[in-house]
Formats: sequence, structure tokens, C-alpha cells
Amino acid sequence: MSLLKYESQLREPLVDGDKNYHQITEDIIGPIEAKPGNLWRMGLVISICLLIFGVYSVYREVDYGIGQWNLNHTIGWGWDITNFVWWIGIGHAGTLISAILLLFRQGWRTGVNRAAEAMTIFAVMCAGQFPIFHMGRVWVGFYVMPYPNSRGPLWPNFNSALLWDVFAVSTYFTVSLLFWYTGLLPDLATVRDRAKTKFRKFFYGLASFGWTGSTKHWQRHESLSLVLAGLATPLVLSVHTIVSMDFATSVIPGWHTTIFPPYFVAGAIFSGFAMVQSLLIITRKVLHLEDYITVGHIEAMNKVIVLTGSIVGIAYLTELFIAWYSQNPYEWWAFRQNRVNIFSPYGWAYYGMMFCNVVSPQMFWSKKLRRNITFTFFLAVLVNIGMWFERFVIIVTSIYRDYLPSSWSTYYSPSIWEIGFYLGTFGLFFTCYFIFAKYFPVIAVAEIKAILKTSGENYKKKMSDTEKLDSEKFYIEEVAHAH
Amino acid sequence: MRKKFVVGCFEDEKVLFPAVKNVRKEGYKIHDIYTPFPVHGLDHAMGLRETSIHTVGFIFGLTGTSIAVGGMGWIFTTDWPLNIGGKPHFPLPAFIPITFELTVLLSAISMVYTFCWLCQLMPGVKKHHFHPRATDDLMVMVIECTAKSNEGEIQNFLQSNGAIEISVQEAEAGWWYGRYDKEQKLYRAEELGY
Repeated sequence: MSLLKYESQLREPLVDGDKNYHQITEDIIGPIEAKPGNLWRMGLVISICLLIFGVYSVYREVDYGIGQWNLNHTIGWGWDITNFVWWIGIGHAGTLISAILLLFRQGWRTGVNRAAEAMTIFAVMCAGQFPIFHMGRVWVGFYVMPYPNSRGPLWPNFNSALLWDVFAVSTYFTVSLLFWYTGLLPDLATVRDRAKTKFRKFFYGLASFGWTGSTKHWQRHESLSLVLAGLATPLVLSVHTIVSMDFATSVIPGWHTTIFPPYFVAGAIFSGFAMVQSLLIITRKVLHLEDYITVGHIEAMNKVIVLTGSIVGIAYLTELFIAWYSQNPYEWWAFRQNRVNIFSPYGWAYYGMMFCNVVSPQMFWSKKLRRNITFTFFLAVLVNIGMWFERFVIIVTSIYRDYLPSSWSTYYSPSIWEIGFYLGTFGLFFTCYFIFAKYFPVIAVAEIKAILKTSGENYKKKMSDTEKLDSEKFYIEEVAHAH
Repeated sequence: MRKKFVVGCFEDEKVLFPAVKNVRKEGYKIHDIYTPFPVHGLDHAMGLRETSIHTVGFIFGLTGTSIAVGGMGWIFTTDWPLNIGGKPHFPLPAFIPITFELTVLLSAISMVYTFCWLCQLMPGVKKHHFHPRATDDLMVMVIECTAKSNEGEIQNFLQSNGAIEISVQEAEAGWWYGRYDKEQKLYRAEELGY
């Protein structure tokens, strides 16, 4: 046990301004109790419109069949699986922030983890739609579940990476949801206890499960969070590893490589952090949370972006080198002719990907750019576009011209219903995010309070006296009395 | 069960910790301390034992592992052996991903369920809240009164230990089904002796 509240002044404060516990509650819970603004209403309406268009596009696909999409026998996985991998990749940042950074004791996670986890859950919800509707006959989609049935019993093939995906994504969704919601309970209780209206008392009373803040409950809560973080850490890595195995266990040139799991995981974290950046930069501005999501937080995430971006870059170059070095004619053809050749039909996608994912994040080596919010927003969007290109390049350029020239595909471009499905998931994502940002605490109130006295700006200023003490005195004043 | 409590509110952890020490030394029974955030070390100061919720996670994690390996093994070797490209009927490496996922899934679900069970958390559950600011900025120490205790004495004691707000409350110590938008009478008036 320690009451030690000293942290070096060299570390940037995580909470700016003159704050106390009550002020934190006011700042974060306040927007929930205010009337929604016009900007929010407009955003929600646009999102719902997109969602409705998406639902109609999916209806077309279910009713008329996969033929509504421009897929053909050569390109069986087009936009649909590209979007699946893109969304699931984005869904990796939240649990990475809340789980891995918790284990690494990174204090800055407290400012961003709640929103990032929410984003994760919504992104995984969007991702899940694509493989489900890609089945074509979705009404028999439950066949993927292993249960004793009257069809033989016909069990799924446990050797198949696609079945592993079913387990990985659904486990990931469930665990992320549980992790997120147990963290929300204390904060929902804070909203409940401040509530003035009847509806809010009822709703948050129900949603907070009767949380009181008892010390024993906190002790269990802390233990639970820690173990869930320990479980979620390998889980995050496993999910995109398994997604990459959907490709790597096949024999398609460009897919059949052992580098895929780490390469995909780094890419997932890369795109996830970019999405967190673009969402939080807007959220902090609109909800006036600049004191909690500081420039320091944004810089920390940009450091993760430049690290993972560089890993992704190395992976691109490695697979290119190995394609040549392996002397496998099909592998080398896939890279030389289908990707690197700028005059090939999809050359633009390969170079777009290279620019957005490899070149652009290198700008973040400059501290000035890392701390520039407008630039960060612009770059985060660029990274997300680049990561979409990456998945498109991997999927389409590998399969549109493979072993047999007679089965080479003509140029593939998506139909309006394929695009509509993608837009619809944006609608779903932003509808959920708008509702979350308005009615739930976007920052973990309790966790911010717990770090306030070590990392709050006003408390840090007071530490300059402590820094002048010699070590013996420091021990007596700051450490000894705590035991 | 209805009990009588003396409630003292503290603003600062630095005041709370010595107060907890003194209260325990004096022999008063701390019912609970409600805090807006996890105050590290408070459980030790109160003399609570370590939680063993992680054991539940471990046991159910192992259950998940066994269900996955046992289930897939039984299906592929006994129930309906299929020849899938001449691969073995018990391909352990291919079983690892699903085994891992089920381990994590069962472990996580069971731990959250146990957590809710032990802390009596559920939609529709209501408890007595000793102070509305306990989830905002106050640390609320609740001392249970026994037949022998003198409330006035406890109140003075809490005051001398730095409590900023003190009250005596008679309340239900457990939980019940209820709604937070409605005040509820848990006891009849005659029972309370009014």
C-alpha cells in the first residue's frame, strides 16, 4: 500500500487546469445533462439516413442474391471482405488501449480508453455484418455454430480458418463489451446520483446495476479489470492473427505467407489508432474536453501510429523482397505485375497504399507535427484511407489474375449496393457513436479521479517543493507515513 | 435488515486513511466506505481480505479449454470422423485458435458474472445510498451501530478525525428490487416506531 502521490514534473500533466474531484464530474457528466445541440442532431440524422440506405442495400443482396454485387468467379472477395478486415482492424485500438496499456501502466490511457473501447465495439459490430451477409443465404448462417443437429449431425470444419474467425470475432466482441460495461458501471452510477429528471433516474438507475462505490466492490472491480486486461491482451493479438490466417492458410499467391499475422496485427493497431484520433479530436472539441484529452494524449497516440506505421512499412517491403527472393514465379508475378507495376489495372491502389501507410506517418517523427491537432486529424483520415487500400490490394490484386490466364477477371468495380452496404456500416457506426457520446460518459470519470492527484496540472505544480527535498526527507514525508 | 448507522464524509484520502486507522483502533465496526473512485490501499487499511475473483476466472478458463479440446476431439474422432484432405482426425495445432478463444470467453463471462453476483449488481437492483456525493467527490465512511454503541460518541469521534459532514441514518443494509426514480417505503411506519 502506498499513498505516494509524487510524479516527476518532467512528465506532462494528464489533466490540465485547476481541477478537483467535483469539477471532473461536472466537466464530463455535464454534457450528458445538457440539451443536445443542433450539430449533434444533424449528425445523427445523417447517420441514420446512411444506415437506412445500408439496410436497403443489404435487403437487395439478401433478396436477389450475391449477384447484386459485382463479384465474379475470379474475384469472390471484393469490397465486402475488404470492408470486414478494415472494420475489424479499426476495432483493435480500443482493447489495445484499455488492456495492453493498463498492463503497461500507461497513465494516459485513462483519458481515451472509454471512447476507444466504445469505438471498438461499434467497429466490430460493423465488421460482423460483412462475412454474415457474404454467406449469401444468411438464413442458414447458424450452420457455422457447432451444435448437435439433425443434418447428420453435420459439424463445421474445425480446421478452417474461417471458422476460427467466427469464434475469434464473437469472443472478441463479447469480452470487449463486458470489459467496457464493467468500467462504465461506476460512471453510470455517478450520472444516476446527479440525475434530476425522472427518466434519467430510472434509466441510469437500471443501467448502473445498483452500484454504490463500496470499497469491497472497488477491490473486486480492480481485480476484475486487471484479469480481463490480461485475458484481452492475447485476445486482441489473436483476433487479427486469425483474420490474417483466412488469407495465409490458402494457396493464393500474395496471401500464402507467414508474415501475415504480425503484419496484420500491426496494421490493425495502426488503423485503429488513426480512427481513435479522428473521433477524439472532434469529440474533445465538441464536448469541451480539451483538459482531459490533452495534446499530450494526442501526441502519445501519434507515437503509436508512427511505430506501427513503420512496422507495416517494413512488412510491405519484406513481403515484396521475399516474393522476389523465393523465386516462385506465381508469387513474383502477383507482386511485380499485379501490384508494383503502376500501369497494371490496380497499380494506383498499391501506390496509394504505400503513400498513405508508409510515407505519410513518417511525418510524425517531427514533434511539432505530432502535436499539431489539425495535421493529426488530416493524417489520421489519410491513414484510414490507406489501410482500406491495403486490404483492397491484398484481396483483389492477388486473386484477379492468378494461375490460369483463362480465368483472369476483367476490371472489378463495386456495384451501388456494395457501396451502399459499406456506407450503411458507417451509418451504423456513427449512429451508435453519436448516441454513446451524448448519453454515456465519454471519459472514464472514476479513473481520471484516481490519477488526478498524481497527474493533474494543479497538483503537479505543488510537487516542486517535494522535488527539492533530499532523499531521506522525501522518504519520511512522502513514503513512510503511508505505511 | 434494517440497521442504524453513523455516516461520516471525508474530502481527502490523506485525512481518510488515519481516520480509518483510528476508527478500527477504537473498536468501531466499519460497515463500509463508499468512494467515487478506487482508493488504492483502502481495502488493506480496512482489513478486508484479498479478493479471489481471479480464481473463478482460472477455473472457468480451464473449463473452456477442456470443452473446446474435448468437444472438437470427440466430434472429429468419435461422433462423425470426416476425411478432410487426408488430414489427421485430431489435429491439435488446428484446434489451438478455437481452444484459446473458448478459454478466454468462458473465463471472462464467468468472472463478470461472479463479480455481479458477489457485489449484488443487476439491472433493477436498488440499495440504500448513504450520501449522493459518494459517487461524485466524497468518501463516505459508514459505521454500524450495535446495541452498546453510543451514537453521539461516534459522531464526535468522526468529527475529531476530520469528517466534514456527519449524520445518523437508519437504513436497509442489503439490496432489494426497486427503481431509482421512485422513493420506496421498505418498512411500515409502526415498525419504525413512529
